[in-house]
Amino acid sequence: MKKILSIILLASMFAGGCKPESEFLTVDPTNILNNEQAFNDPALVLSMLANFYNRQSDFSTVKNWESMSDFSESFPSQNGGPKSIVERNQWDFGFWSTWDYTLIRELNLFLQRLNAATRLKDEDKKRFTAEGRFLRAYYYFEMVKRMGGVPLILEPMTWDYKGDPTYLRHARATEAAMYDFVIAEMQAIRNDLPADVNVKSRASRGAALAMECRAALYAGSIAKYGGLTPSVSLPGGEVGIPAAKAQDYYTKSLAAAQLLIAGTAGTYGLYMRNADLSENFAALFYDKVSNPESIFIEDFKLKSGKVHGFTQVNQPRFGAEEEEGGRINPSLNLVQAFEKLDNTFAPLPIRDGAGNPIYYNTQAEIFAGRDARLAGTVMLPGTSFKRRQVDIWAGYVLADGSVITGDDRGSQKTLPGQTQPVQVVGFDGPIHGKEFTAQSGFYLRKYLDPTVGSGSRGTGSEVPFIRYRYAEVLLNAAEAAFELGQPGVAAGYMNQVRERAGLIVPLGAGDINLGRIMHERRAELSFEGHIVFDQKRWRNAHVLWDGVPMNEADLLSNIGSPAKHNTQPYSLWPYKIHHPGSPTHGKWMYRIIKSPLVTGTNRFRLGNYYSFINNDIRSNNPKIVPNPNQD
Amino acid sequence: MKIRFAYILPLLAVLAASCRKDNYDPPQARLHGRLVYQGQGIPVEYNQVPFQLYQFGFGKVGPVSNTTFTQDGTYSVLLFEGEYKLTVPNGQGPFLWKKLPDGRPDSIAVNISGDLQLDLEVTPFYMIRNVNMRAASGKVTATFALEKIVNGADGRNVERVNLYINKTAFVSSGGDYSIASSQKNAGAITDPASVSMEVTVPALVPAQSYIFARVGLKLQGVEDMIFSPVIKINL
Repeated sequence: MKKILSIILLASMFAGGCKPESEFLTVDPTNILNNEQAFNDPALVLSMLANFYNRQSDFSTVKNWESMSDFSESFPSQNGGPKSIVERNQWDFGFWSTWDYTLIRELNLFLQRLNAATRLKDEDKKRFTAEGRFLRAYYYFEMVKRMGGVPLILEPMTWDYKGDPTYLRHARATEAAMYDFVIAEMQAIRNDLPADVNVKSRASRGAALAMECRAALYAGSIAKYGGLTPSVSLPGGEVGIPAAKAQDYYTKSLAAAQLLIAGTAGTYGLYMRNADLSENFAALFYDKVSNPESIFIEDFKLKSGKVHGFTQVNQPRFGAEEEEGGRINPSLNLVQAFEKLDNTFAPLPIRDGAGNPIYYNTQAEIFAGRDARLAGTVMLPGTSFKRRQVDIWAGYVLADGSVITGDDRGSQKTLPGQTQPVQVVGFDGPIHGKEFTAQSGFYLRKYLDPTVGSGSRGTGSEVPFIRYRYAEVLLNAAEAAFELGQPGVAAGYMNQVRERAGLIVPLGAGDINLGRIMHERRAELSFEGHIVFDQKRWRNAHVLWDGVPMNEADLLSNIGSPAKHNTQPYSLWPYKIHHPGSPTHGKWMYRIIKSPLVTGTNRFRLGNYYSFINNDIRSNNPKIVPNPNQD
Repeated sequence: MKIRFAYILPLLAVLAASCRKDNYDPPQARLHGRLVYQGQGIPVEYNQVPFQLYQFGFGKVGPVSNTTFTQDGTYSVLLFEGEYKLTVPNGQGPFLWKKLPDGRPDSIAVNISGDLQLDLEVTPFYMIRNVNMRAASGKVTATFALEKIVNGADGRNVERVNLYINKTAFVSSGGDYSIASSQKNAGAITDPASVSMEVTVPALVPAQSYIFARVGLKLQGVEDMIFSPVIKINL
C-alpha cells in the first residue's frame, strides 16, 4: 500500500511538472507591473503622472529659498554657503541651467505607451495624454527659458547596440521653434483638459491658456528686444528670434489671456476676501479654500510626506517654532520701490530737507501710504506674524547721534543716566553677520504659513507654490496689449491688479510704458521666480545688474526706472531715540545701511542670457552648438 | 596575531613602487605672453576676458584650459609638452580676433616643449594713450587720449569712460576692485584726443598714503572694457 501511494505521488508530481517548455519559464513577475497592466488602469496611469508632476523644474520655489534670495532683492541671512550670494561678483555661466532628457524620454515613452493602451476609457485616455503633453511642454518651456533652443525630441529614442550613436544625435531647435512648440501644444490639448477652477495641482484648461499666454509673451519680447543685445544670438537661430515675429507672438499671447479672462476655462479672478489689502495679498498665497486666483500650483499636504519647510527657514526668529528662521531679508532696494498711493515713486522719508532725521511715533509709520503689496510681501518692523510682533530694531541713538547696541539678539546694556541694563537691540536683530536675524531690517512675508506648527521641522507647511496665477495673466495681457499699440487696453488690465493693491488712482493709456510694466511685475510677482526670466527676455538684465557697486545716492535716485542698476542689497535699520527731556525721546528714526558682508556685486554678463551647455553634453553630441558669449 | 614580515615587506614594496607608476609628473612647460598691439600691451578687466587651449585626440570637445587674462593683459599657463591650439572665444575681449570664413574664431597652433613666450597680436577697437594722472586736494585727476584703431564696419563707438581708484593694485569696475569711480558718457566727451576726468578719493580705512588708479573705456556693443595700465599715485 505504502509503495503504491508513493508511486502515485511521484507520478502526479511528474504530471504536474510537465508543462510545455515555452510556458515553463514564463512566470509573471510579482514585483513589477508590465506595460499592459500599468497602462490599462486609470489609477496606475495617474500615479505615473504624479511622478512626472513631481519632477518638473521650477525656479525660486518654496522648496529652495536660496534661489529666491538672489538678485539684490533680498539679503541672505545665513552664514556659510548662502552668504556667497552677496559676496560673488558675477554669476557663473552655468547658473540656471537644466538638461533633464531623462524626464523627456520618460514622458515620450509614457505618451507612446498610453497611446497603445486599449482598455482605458476614451475620456481618461484623452485627459492623461493631454496631461503628458502639458508636462512635456512645461519642461521644454523651462529649458528654452534657460538654455535657448534645445533638441526637440518628441519620440522615445532606442539604442540599437550597433555601436554608432550618430542617429541618436539631434541638433538644437531654434528658439522660435521651441516657443512655437509650446504654444501649439497648449492650443492642441486645452480642450481635452477640464475647465475647472478647482483643478489646480493638475493640468487644467486654465493652466494651458496661462502657459500659452506666458510663452507667447516671452517669445514676443525676445523678438522685439533682441536687437538691444545683438551679440546674444546664434546664426542658426538657436538663440534669438527674428524681430518680425514679435507682432504675431504678442497677438497670440493677448488672445490666450483674453480667453482665460473671459472665463472660457472657468471663473478665475483676483483673490479678494479681506478688507485689509496687505493681509489679503499675503493670504492669496496661503488660502487653499477654492482660491480663485491660483491657476496651476505645486501642492503640498500635511501628514502626507509632501510638505516643505519654507516657513521654518523664513519665519521671524523671535518666537520661532524652531531655533532658526529669518533667512530671506528683503532689501531696501525692493521695499522702497513700492509706489505711493498717488502712483509716484519716492524713497522712504528718513531725513528732512535739511538732512536731519525724521522722527516717527511708531515703527510702521514710515511705510504708510504705500502699495498694499509692500506689507503683503515684506514683514515690516512693527508688524506681526502669528500674533507676535516682530522685534526688529538696531539700538538706541543718543542725543549726540552715537549708537548703543549689542551684538546678540536682545542683548542688554546700561544706558547713560540709568543704573539697570535694558534691552538695546531687538530679538530679531538686525545685527551684522548674525544669521537668521533681519539683517536688512525686514523679513519676508510672502508664502509664510500662519498655521500653528508650520514653522516646526516635524510638521512643515502645506502652502502651495503658485506657478501660474490670474494676476500674472492680467499683467501678461497688459504687456501684450501695450506692445500691440493698445495702451488703453493695457491700462485696463493693469488697473485691475493695482486696485487690489490699494492703488485706486487709475493709470491712463498715456501712463503705460515698458518701465511701468516692468515695475508692476516686480511689485506683484517678486520672489515668484519671474525676475530673472523677465529681465532676460527684455534684454535688460545686463543693465539692471551691471556689476557696478552702489552708493546711497544711486540707491535713492531714479526709483522705479528700468535703467536703475540694482547690484547690492541695502538695509534700513530702525533705531529708538534715547534723549530724556527732549520731545524726540522714545521715538523712532531710520538709517540706511550697507552691510559690511555685501562685498560683491551682481554682474550679469552677456553670456548669462543663456546658460552654459556643458562640455560633456557637447562631447556626446557634437551637433549641439554652444551658447554665445561664453568661454 | 603574529605579524608576518615575510608578507608585509613585499606588500609595502609593491605599494611604494605603484605610487611612482601611477602618477604623472605635473605639467612643467610654461606658456605665457600678453595681448599686444604694435608692441604696446592691452590691459583688460581682471577675470573677464577668457582664452582657451584645445588639444586634439581625446574624443571630447571642449577646451583643456579655460582661463582668463590678468588685468595687465598677460597670461600664463603650465602645460604638458605637446601641441595645442589657442583661441579667444567669439565675442570676448575688446579687440578683433581673427575669424575663419564661417565666423568661428581662428586659432593659433602652439607647439610647446619647455618655456614659451607667445605674445598675442590683436587689434583693439580703441587705445587709451598718453595717460597722465595726478592727485591734488583729495581728488585724482586723469587726462588721456582715445584713439580709434578699428574703423569701418567693424568699428565701435565709445559708450562711456570710467576712472576707477582702489586701495590695492587690482582696479576695475566690480565690487572689490574699486572704492570710487567717476563716469563720463560719450556725449560729454568733446575732444577724444584730450579727455579729463576726476574722482574724489573717499576716506581710506585703514589710512594709506597712496592709491591705484586706471581708466576704463566701454564701447557700444562690446562687453569687455579696454583699460589703461594701473598707476600708483601718492596722495
